[in-house]
Amino acid sequence: MIRKVIVYILLSISAFVLFFPILFALLASLLSTAELYSGHYIPSRFSLDSYLQAFGTIPLFKFLVNSFIVSSIVTLGQLLLCSLAAYAIVFIPFKGRNFFFFLFISTLLIPWEAAMIPNFVTILNLGWLNTYLALTVPFLTTAFGIFLLRQHFMTLPKELYESAQIDGCSRFRFYWSFALPLSKPMLSALAIYAFLTTWNMYLWPLLVTSNENVRTVQIGIRMMISQEASTAWNMVMAGVVIILLPTLLLLFLGIKHIRRGLMSGALKG
Amino acid sequence: MHTQEWRLFAEGLMYLSPALIILGVFLFYPMFKTLYYSFFITNPRGETVAFIGLENYMHLIQSPNFQHSMIQTLKFVLYTVPTGVLLALFLAVIANERLKGVEFFRVIFSSTLGVSVAAGATIWLFMFHPSIGVFNNILAFLGLAPVPWLTSGEWALLSVAVTTVWMNVGFNFIILLGGLQNISEELYESARIDGAGYFAQLFKITLPLLSPTLFFVVTVTLINAFQSFGQIHILTGGGPNEATNIIVYSIYKEAFEFSRFGFASAQAILLFFIILVFTVLQFKVGEKKVHYQ
Repeated sequence: MIRKVIVYILLSISAFVLFFPILFALLASLLSTAELYSGHYIPSRFSLDSYLQAFGTIPLFKFLVNSFIVSSIVTLGQLLLCSLAAYAIVFIPFKGRNFFFFLFISTLLIPWEAAMIPNFVTILNLGWLNTYLALTVPFLTTAFGIFLLRQHFMTLPKELYESAQIDGCSRFRFYWSFALPLSKPMLSALAIYAFLTTWNMYLWPLLVTSNENVRTVQIGIRMMISQEASTAWNMVMAGVVIILLPTLLLLFLGIKHIRRGLMSGALKG
Repeated sequence: MHTQEWRLFAEGLMYLSPALIILGVFLFYPMFKTLYYSFFITNPRGETVAFIGLENYMHLIQSPNFQHSMIQTLKFVLYTVPTGVLLALFLAVIANERLKGVEFFRVIFSSTLGVSVAAGATIWLFMFHPSIGVFNNILAFLGLAPVPWLTSGEWALLSVAVTTVWMNVGFNFIILLGGLQNISEELYESARIDGAGYFAQLFKITLPLLSPTLFFVVTVTLINAFQSFGQIHILTGGGPNEATNIIVYSIYKEAFEFSRFGFASAQAILLFFIILVFTVLQFKVGEKKVHYQ
């Protein structure tokens, strides 16, 4: 009994400390400028002025749309390309498939930052600066995604595949109508993870976007700081809350999937 | 190969080729190109101007700026890795208890996984604010002098480190909690029958069996620390006095502010080898230590 109480106390303190920055951002976004500068932390009245201001000062809405488009394309691309590759490695008995698998896995050794300079030059030469192409195409496949789906495809019963073949079901048909639907939990895990990481990307969008047409929210928030930091922190915090909402919601709703995905990546790797 | 085998090979390749092309163009090719650049002087469009052999690397070894950057990088790793892992381990252990409502705490502890570098760093930038930031307000309330969180070289690296630890907690927590949940309940039961107390169970069962997961978390956190960029760009811009100019930030500055692609590439190759060592270590040791149940 005493042990339970102690654990609850530890849990509560830790939760408060860890969640404090997010809570703090939320509270600060609701403060009026006068309250903010007189050291208040609890808003005296509920007002969404900072939010309206945030949308008015920078093209936040446009940035949000850009982030949604970019993250959705990358997520769909990864689901498709990673699953195709993983499917071939598991279900098509061609020579060299293990070689290709290790080739894919070996990219886990390359930190993205070590490849970014030539990638920037590639994008520059392709004329892709300030386009969605620059923000999406390089990320349409990850070794992590291929690995995750390969592990899952290997657990699908081989008999199912064999009997489908006997019934004259083509390889692509089996991929589309059996392998993918049977992997929904793993695909969701990958989708959530891909969306989160793309939405949160910072360094690459900073390099390849210089105007509002394609810029993502993460760079938008940085713009806000440089424009507004001296005056309107409540507005900056409103911006932060807006860009946090989609990913936090996704995380809270998909936490089970994410856990499963991350765990199979961590333990079986 | 027989025709049948060729046909299978062609079919397999058809499924693989989109992924192969993407990874080839945006990871394999640039990796070699980085190595190539590191032997050259380049112009701002990325064209090589003069072959200089290993001079970039020599310059790297001799440059006091880069030595300073490496020292700050190692300090940053030292500040973030042990604290980040231990904090997540503590949270995972207390959230692994079978209690009512524990799922709520698990979600809270995972939440920073959904916080982007930019948003997280911006919140901390505000909390570190010299006059209206919450930390200095608390200090003032306690009658203590304000701390120059981001404006003194001594403090800035520490402040960036604290922010980083906070941002990593969610991921580390999820992995460690999963590792804990994989440990069979029977082990604890038989230990309890033998009269083992809470801490005996923690040190004799939990930690040894968790060691592969713990090792994974340590290497991932290490690699992440070496790759940190966004929080530095937002919080300090590498300053004050280069105190937070850690390796990826240094690469970014050399390449995209000073257009010295060759010199930046030499640093990128160094980063590649540092991360390679840790990843190989993870694979080697991880393989040996995994407990098959």
